[in-house]
Amino acid sequence: MRRDVFQAIADPTRRNIINLIAFNSLNLNAIADNFEMSRPAISQHIKILQECGLINITQQGRERFCEVQPKKLAEVADWLEPFRQMWEDRFNRLDKVLTQMKKNEPSAKPTEQLSIF
Amino acid sequence: MKLAFTKDLSNKKLHITRQFQASKEMVWKAWTTAELLDQWWAPRPYQTVTKSLDFKEGGFWLYHMLSPEGDKHWCRLDYLSIVAEDHYTAIDAFCDEDGNPNSDIPQMTWKNTFTEKGAKTTVTIQISFEKEEDIQKIIDLGFKEGFTAALENLDELLGNGF
Repeated sequence: MRRDVFQAIADPTRRNIINLIAFNSLNLNAIADNFEMSRPAISQHIKILQECGLINITQQGRERFCEVQPKKLAEVADWLEPFRQMWEDRFNRLDKVLTQMKKNEPSAKPTEQLSIF
Repeated sequence: MKLAFTKDLSNKKLHITRQFQASKEMVWKAWTTAELLDQWWAPRPYQTVTKSLDFKEGGFWLYHMLSPEGDKHWCRLDYLSIVAEDHYTAIDAFCDEDGNPNSDIPQMTWKNTFTEKGAKTTVTIQISFEKEEDIQKIIDLGFKEGFTAALENLDELLGNGF
């Protein structure tokens, strides 16, 4: 099965897991305690997040800790924000173009018709 | 007027919606006429310079984006389907000055829809990417140019559940 970051964050449970461990890494049990879902189901979500590169799992003694890979997550955030800003900027300029068109248009049409007749 | 920007990441799509204080006829013209597009299309600090625009199905717009340093980035937009003053679909690509597409750079498919209500016109844009790798390539290519890297958005991103 294909794995990518977009698939990872498309699921609400997986987004919640990311939220939960964003600022402090937790072990698998501690994560599962925050959800109604069964432990195997949570394990499956964590596995997908790991395969997508969004989280890293490290063994510390008998515990396995999950931590977010902010760089990977930022890839998703980064490309969207400039894109949004570019469109805002672009449309503000289009507003000005339209205002200018409106200034020119009303007088242009009647004059055209008059010249025909 | 507020820009609505929504992501449908699982389907590799972006939706952009914006309302304009103008008739549909006028907004459509601004999107499909070279001398008007040249005034607003390119992201700052670039300028748009049209070489040719043949607005019909099978036709294309060939233009470059001129940087303040004088660098030219050639682009073409191929019109696939057009229903006048309602919507059109197109594929964009980077190319050389003769319009030969650069196949290393992924393409995006656009569907732009125009609807009028009262004296206002809403434009809805749907941009589709073929693959996640394509999105990454587009980013690497410098959509970031002119903007600050937004690591601080990570907080917001985490907070609003995307």
